[in-house]
Amino acid sequence: MSFPLLTATALVPALGAVATAAVPAAQRAAAKWVALGFSLVTLALAAVVLVRFDPGGAHFQLTESHPWIKDFGVRYELGVDGIAVALIALTAVLIPFIILAGWHDADPLEGARPNRRWRPTQGFFALILMVEAMVVISFEATDVFLFYIFFEAMLIPMYFLIGGFGDRAGGRSEEETATQRSYAAVKFLLYNLAGGLIMLAAVVGLYAVTADQLGTGTFSLQEIVQARTGGHLDMATSTERLLFLGFFFAFAVKAPLWPLHTWLPNAMGESTAPVAVLITAVVDKVGTFAMLRFCLQLFPEASKWATPAILILALISIIYGALLAIGQRDIKRLIAYASISHFGFIILGIFAMTTQGQGGATLYMVNHGVSTAALMLVAGFLITRRGSRLIADYGGVQKVAPVLAGTFLIGGLATLSLPGLAPFISEFLVLVGTFSRYPVFGVIATVGIVLAALYVLILYQRTMTGPVKDEVRSMPDLRVRELVVVAPLIALLIFLGVYPKPLADIVNPAVDHTMSVVDKKDPKPDHPVTDAGWFSYSPKSEGASHGGAQHEGAHHNGAHHDGASGGAK
Amino acid sequence: MENLIGLLVAVPLLGAALLLCGGRRLDGKGHYIGTVLAAASFAIGAVLFADMLGRGEHDRALHSKVFSWIPVGGFRADVAFQLDQLSMTFVLLITGVGTLIHIYSIGYMEHDERRRRFFGYLNLFLAAMLLLVLADNYLLLYVGWEGVGLASYLLIGFWQHKPSAATAAKKAFIVNRVGDVGLSIAIMLMFTTFGTFAFAPVLSNAGDAGEGKVTAIGLMLLLAACGKSAQVPLQSWLGDAMEGPTPVSALIHAATMVTAGVYLITRSGAIFNAAPDAQAAVVAVGAVTLLFGAIVGCAKDDIKKALAGSTMSQIGYMILAAGLGPIGYVFAIMHLVTHGFFKAGLFLGAGSVMHAMNDEVDMRKYGGLRKYMPVTFVTFGLGYLAIIGFPGLSGFWSKDKIIEAAFAKGGTEGWILGGAALLGAAITAYYMTRVMLLTFFGEKRWVPDEEGHEPHPHESPSSMTIPMIVLAVGSVFAGGLFSLNDAFLKWLEPVTGHSHGDSPLSAAAVTGGTMVVLLIGVALAWAQYGRRPVPRTAPRGSLLTRAARRDLLQDDFNHVALVKPGQYLTRGLVYVDHKLVDGVVNGTAASVGGLSGRLRKLQNGYARTYAVSMFGGTAVLIAATLLMRAV
Repeated sequence: MSFPLLTATALVPALGAVATAAVPAAQRAAAKWVALGFSLVTLALAAVVLVRFDPGGAHFQLTESHPWIKDFGVRYELGVDGIAVALIALTAVLIPFIILAGWHDADPLEGARPNRRWRPTQGFFALILMVEAMVVISFEATDVFLFYIFFEAMLIPMYFLIGGFGDRAGGRSEEETATQRSYAAVKFLLYNLAGGLIMLAAVVGLYAVTADQLGTGTFSLQEIVQARTGGHLDMATSTERLLFLGFFFAFAVKAPLWPLHTWLPNAMGESTAPVAVLITAVVDKVGTFAMLRFCLQLFPEASKWATPAILILALISIIYGALLAIGQRDIKRLIAYASISHFGFIILGIFAMTTQGQGGATLYMVNHGVSTAALMLVAGFLITRRGSRLIADYGGVQKVAPVLAGTFLIGGLATLSLPGLAPFISEFLVLVGTFSRYPVFGVIATVGIVLAALYVLILYQRTMTGPVKDEVRSMPDLRVRELVVVAPLIALLIFLGVYPKPLADIVNPAVDHTMSVVDKKDPKPDHPVTDAGWFSYSPKSEGASHGGAQHEGAHHNGAHHDGASGGAK
Repeated sequence: MENLIGLLVAVPLLGAALLLCGGRRLDGKGHYIGTVLAAASFAIGAVLFADMLGRGEHDRALHSKVFSWIPVGGFRADVAFQLDQLSMTFVLLITGVGTLIHIYSIGYMEHDERRRRFFGYLNLFLAAMLLLVLADNYLLLYVGWEGVGLASYLLIGFWQHKPSAATAAKKAFIVNRVGDVGLSIAIMLMFTTFGTFAFAPVLSNAGDAGEGKVTAIGLMLLLAACGKSAQVPLQSWLGDAMEGPTPVSALIHAATMVTAGVYLITRSGAIFNAAPDAQAAVVAVGAVTLLFGAIVGCAKDDIKKALAGSTMSQIGYMILAAGLGPIGYVFAIMHLVTHGFFKAGLFLGAGSVMHAMNDEVDMRKYGGLRKYMPVTFVTFGLGYLAIIGFPGLSGFWSKDKIIEAAFAKGGTEGWILGGAALLGAAITAYYMTRVMLLTFFGEKRWVPDEEGHEPHPHESPSSMTIPMIVLAVGSVFAGGLFSLNDAFLKWLEPVTGHSHGDSPLSAAAVTGGTMVVLLIGVALAWAQYGRRPVPRTAPRGSLLTRAARRDLLQDDFNHVALVKPGQYLTRGLVYVDHKLVDGVVNGTAASVGGLSGRLRKLQNGYARTYAVSMFGGTAVLIAATLLMRAV
């Protein structure tokens, strides 16, 4: 039996969580290093997955399959396609930075009485690794039930991370902070549990359908897809739609899609910046990922049926999230609403059902993870320095901390999808992909481009420019640890903006597969140009002053004089 | 040779990376590094130019594919460059004027502690602008397009500690983003129409796509051009952009970046040729803006804002020419180049004056400066003569051709456009004479500033005057040289195409008319500002003057129509999100589960118990289902 690489990638952070938690109370500094070490090993394993994955190979690779609950048809079945590989890589890359950025977030407060049994530091880092393990296995699971278990179990460590380790910079009393934090944590939990419960019903329903039609019930994604395409499984339209809705609801809460989004600003606002990144850049991606993998592939017909409604909700998310971001007074809530807008783009891309839309959505998940991490982590460094999340408490920071301001700006520019940085590519692909099938929706979505510039630049202007406020006058610039967090993320944003091809090459076949499962083809261009190489365009001179004669001339004369084989027609 | 094209972009990009990431240790020599790299990129441009001249006129275009950029399904974008005569013209203008302005900035920014960063931004701008004109497809052009927008944002807001500068920078970026939406949609339309957005295939097939599609693409490109080139209705950012250091105003907001819209339309000529309605929109925008900018320019007392109005107006001429189609493309670009010389020169002159006057920008507090700053006076004066179209100087040749082409459009339209262009020439003569008189002639009107420092006007150092002299030489001779044997026409024609319209007026009549209106404009200005003393504070003025001082109420309009409603909308939504969406979803969830009573306990500390019970419930549910299956 070959080495179970995928299991190992999920198991290492889980073991890391145990190891970190086991570090004695007095050695809290060591716990951080243990956690960082395990996250780096996970990163190395994810790199191996990336290398071993063959984009031209089978759809699911590195598969592992063992029976688990035989009576119930549940299997321990893992496998990755290009989309999963990209997202596992994203997760594995981000976690070490999250750990490093949160290095002091769980230190005991100054003046607190030393307590030999209380181990918040160990707990904090152990929980982060626990989340990583569950996220990774969710990306790997090809058994619906297995996926469901971890999709739900993830909520437990997340709940404690939000509720137990809140932002200390609320500018409010200790008691009120605690109340807000516990409200945010419970809201997060309830929303996601509600989604999960409905999904559970759908999961059970799916089993009933397969058991009924195939003789033996199964949760295996591959088996179900094969049975569908082979004609052995034929769900009644209403059943398929109900099951689809059950799945979709859970993922839409997690993603989050308007109007199920309101837990996100609370959760991101009250938690520490690294945990906020963990929520929006890592955990929420499971929602959009699952739409692509499970909603579309298990229920292709229902997906197409629901598409118009979902596209409209996605459009509302894009614009509504951006407008609310503009109206925020709290830096972290602003970034949270910006994320809601971005999730709108991702969902728009997925349900546009074009290669560009879905490929763009997948790249968007990766790029949004990196860009939000850059912006949010720098924002966290800023907030820790001043002890406030309110935008109005800042001003003139770039004068005293130019590197901090510069990296914050780059994170912001990535968030507004500046060309040259990674998010531009994914956003443009989503727009093109949407436009080619739904021109009106594509055009409406471009409003998001303008609004993004507004919320990012208003935030930058109010915090970083203008006269230096007294409270920020002695603010130190980024420290070495902080630079180590931010610089690689920025480098990654630039690299993926200039040369996204390696990533696109991994993702493309998986997208093609999804497209074929839902039986959709890209719309053809109206006047396709059969272009086989570069040839220069030269107009015909001395035509009529304008109009018909001139452009007639233009293409007949379209010269191919550099010997390229391509012709215009 | 092809490989040199990429180097053209890479060299200043390297400079930007070096200067922005290099840290304090480069503070002492950053400006030299930046200048040398700009000059190096000019040298590469010159080599490529010499090489291009060595080849036959239909064999001049070079192409260089660097790598495949975004391949997703049928969507293929490459990082690939195309260097033809049109791009070459821009390359020389950008790197040439760019290098001069780098040199000038060494002196101008000498006392700024962030000079290294300033040069880093300038280099970044050069790289982005070169990418814009060298890209072989619209998506890569888009990268340069927003890249120059970023550089412009950073440089307008260079003195970020001034709230006005930070606000102006943000405004410029956001207004430009509105234009960028146009470019995005245009590219999407090209993709759905042709399956590609590379220049050659799109332009070669523009005529076949059907007029509706092409018109839509053309209008979207026009929207993009309006943003970048500060044309009505997206013009409002340019005046505020004068908050940036003056070399920036000269390079970015006069000579190069703001002309990118003209480049875009000229480059996309085949699209506009096939879409007469889009062309009509282009000429309308050009004609309106050339008058709009000129009127604003008349009312401003701030020397840079007066010049900014002028820039808007001159670009209006170029857009008008480009909208005329093959009659006008060549002249649009020719005016763009001559304007690059004289407007950059004028801005550098204005910077020199401000440098001498403790950064005072109000022309009413200048006066009589010709005695104190002879070099600035002469170079500025030559730029002035060039822009008003004094016979023989650069502006004369290029502007005259545009007016001629406007008449040649034919019919009523031709008369209206020609008339607008002539009227614009008169107003140009008026406001530029006003600037000249207020600054260099009359009595000295300066006063000590708030701290009691009396300005001591003096000539600027040679690092500043030399670039001014070079640009002045260009302002005098470039137009004439270009017109010798129609050299510029023959150079560009293979790329843009050219046709002669049927002008109802002879060339001589147009020139004569232009001379007459020029004299009227100069005379009016002299009557008002030359003959009698100028008050230090502006008189109240007529309604039009007051409106023009407020940029013809453009900001007031935007404020009422967009900003205020936007603020109400976001504030309202914040309330709605908190009270309504959150409330309804919570409420629905609660009532569905019949749990409304318990939900209230959330805030009362029962939260954890509740969560645990939810979890417990889930577990029981799972167990129960499992059990049922097993039975």
